Amino acid sequence: MRTMFIKELTKLAIEDPRIWLLTADLGYSVLEQFEEAVPDRYMNVGVAEQNLAGMAAGIAHCGNIPFIYSIANFPTMRCLEQIRNDMCYHGYPVRIVSVGGGFSYGSQGYTHHGVEDFAVMRSLLGMTVIAPCDPVETKALIEQSMHVDTPVYFRLGKAGEPLVHPEDAQIQLGRAAVVRNGTDLTFIAIGAIVKHAQDVAEYMAVHDGINIRVLSMHTLKPLDKEAVLKAAKETQGIVTIEEHSITGGLGSAVAEVLAEDCEDKVSFQRYGLADQKYSLIGDQKFLRECLLGDLRQKSLKIMKNPIVFTEVKINE
Amino acid sequence: MTTELAKNIRKNILNMVYRAKASHAGSSLSIADILAVLYENILNVDAKNPDFKERDRFILSKGHAATALYAVLAEKEFFPKEWLDKYCENDQLLSGHISHYVPGVDFSTGSLGHGLPIACGVALAKRTARSPARVFALLSDGECDEGSNWEAMLFAGHHGLDNLVLIIDYNKIQSFGRVEDVLDLEPFADKLRAFKWNVQELDGHNHEALQNCFANLPAKSGMPTAIIAHTVKGQGVSFMENKLLWHYKSPTEEQFQEALEELEAQP
Ligand SMILES: Cc1ncc(C[n+]2csc(CCOP(=O)(O)OP(=O)(O)O)c2C)c(N)n1
Repeated sequence: MRTMFIKELTKLAIEDPRIWLLTADLGYSVLEQFEEAVPDRYMNVGVAEQNLAGMAAGIAHCGNIPFIYSIANFPTMRCLEQIRNDMCYHGYPVRIVSVGGGFSYGSQGYTHHGVEDFAVMRSLLGMTVIAPCDPVETKALIEQSMHVDTPVYFRLGKAGEPLVHPEDAQIQLGRAAVVRNGTDLTFIAIGAIVKHAQDVAEYMAVHDGINIRVLSMHTLKPLDKEAVLKAAKETQGIVTIEEHSITGGLGSAVAEVLAEDCEDKVSFQRYGLADQKYSLIGDQKFLRECLLGDLRQKSLKIMKNPIVFTEVKINE
Repeated sequence: MTTELAKNIRKNILNMVYRAKASHAGSSLSIADILAVLYENILNVDAKNPDFKERDRFILSKGHAATALYAVLAEKEFFPKEWLDKYCENDQLLSGHISHYVPGVDFSTGSLGHGLPIACGVALAKRTARSPARVFALLSDGECDEGSNWEAMLFAGHHGLDNLVLIIDYNKIQSFGRVEDVLDLEPFADKLRAFKWNVQELDGHNHEALQNCFANLPAKSGMPTAIIAHTVKGQGVSFMENKLLWHYKSPTEEQFQEALEELEAQP
């Protein structure tokens, strides 16, 4: 995703003189192509995220579309008030790009786990929140986001994610992308973990005879309510899947829609990180297994005895 | 003694980054000598009783140099050396960035710019409690770009926290270039002096200089001490020295062996 992001952004920046790229001392062997293409609109501000975010607002004020780039929590939480006041309140079209969301930097420890960003970014007024699941979505969504004239947050994975979609898939900002059709259950997933949801759904179709619809909810905000309500109508249960805290992210967003707008009876579970302090480290796959649990078991349970609104517990 | 310890720290660092295919070899090698002198001769800490109340606190604010601190703590028997072989592995305690779940470590860091404010808090509380404990915070140069540090520097100077020691690993390279090119800190010592700190400058690889400086703290009573340690990123392994690449790269088997041989050959 990172590779596709910089390739696409560089291409866009050559055509569009409003695009800037600012980094807080990260992006070695990634951002160089942008700097070479448009050196005047590239800047490493140093390890200083608050200044990075504030400057981006200033640059946007002058009619530009600055992208700010860093990893994990640094471009979001470190400069949260700059994002809230200087970008959101003023309504400037700044783009915040965080590489390595979720457990991408799993072995690096909790400081590098990006597992609360959806909740935090989603709560900001007027912020669009996007997390592509693969390079195909990354390319399409970066391009389409150019038409959004308010702040946008992108959570990207690292590099080398497998494709979820065919290269020619029609991806539309604000509309869930159908990864797999199904009539029994619906997986609504976001970000790099969509691939896992897809794999589990394929496995369960063969081994459990359960036919699961998989949606990539790449745009967390504004959320595609229609797709959620349609899933509630047409399938028996919904499981939200995210590499993120159980609080405030995709699960919460979908729950809000179900609670307020849904007239159908549907089972619902959130698959995510329990609200519990942890010291565990390890690779992405390992942390998903230990901290998020077993998605197949979770789904089988929901099929057997539908439970409405329960949390997924650690290591259940 | 301290030279032997520093050599072992370096060997352990290389072993860990090689095994785990991890980054930050250069960042860790650059502080091996500082840690060796601190842990051998200066810090009032106790491996058998790592949480005793009046211990000195050491905060590694550049948490990405965790391998260096893990190495010295293992050498000093805070935990078994075998743990080092499992650095960054699934379900282990030794995470990529320094973790307070490890015996001998008080604070987890990894997001830059957190160590000095925490250290100010510890220093203030210890002073208020009339405790003899001192607090040492080790920061990198690139890290000094973060505004939080300058807020803490203002505070410590204003309040004369003379139980606080700031050590800056001034290796002149940050993540995406040389400090002087990305965001120049010079005149660094003058800036700190202007913030009411007593500033000492030394060669961060010269054990005698480190020893003399650390043995006479606070350098001036009523003022916090800042030690600007001029260092070389990657110090001790010639092909890693002064190269941005070794902020990221993990050595191949050949490079690992070559590095070990070079260290072995040093006095
Ligand atoms: C708040 C924050 N922003 C960015 C990073 C990513 N990062 C890790 S190390 C580093 C800079 C490395 O240079 P320096 O601080 O001088 O340390 P050195 O490795 O040279 O000791 C950066 C930007 C971080 N860890 N924390």
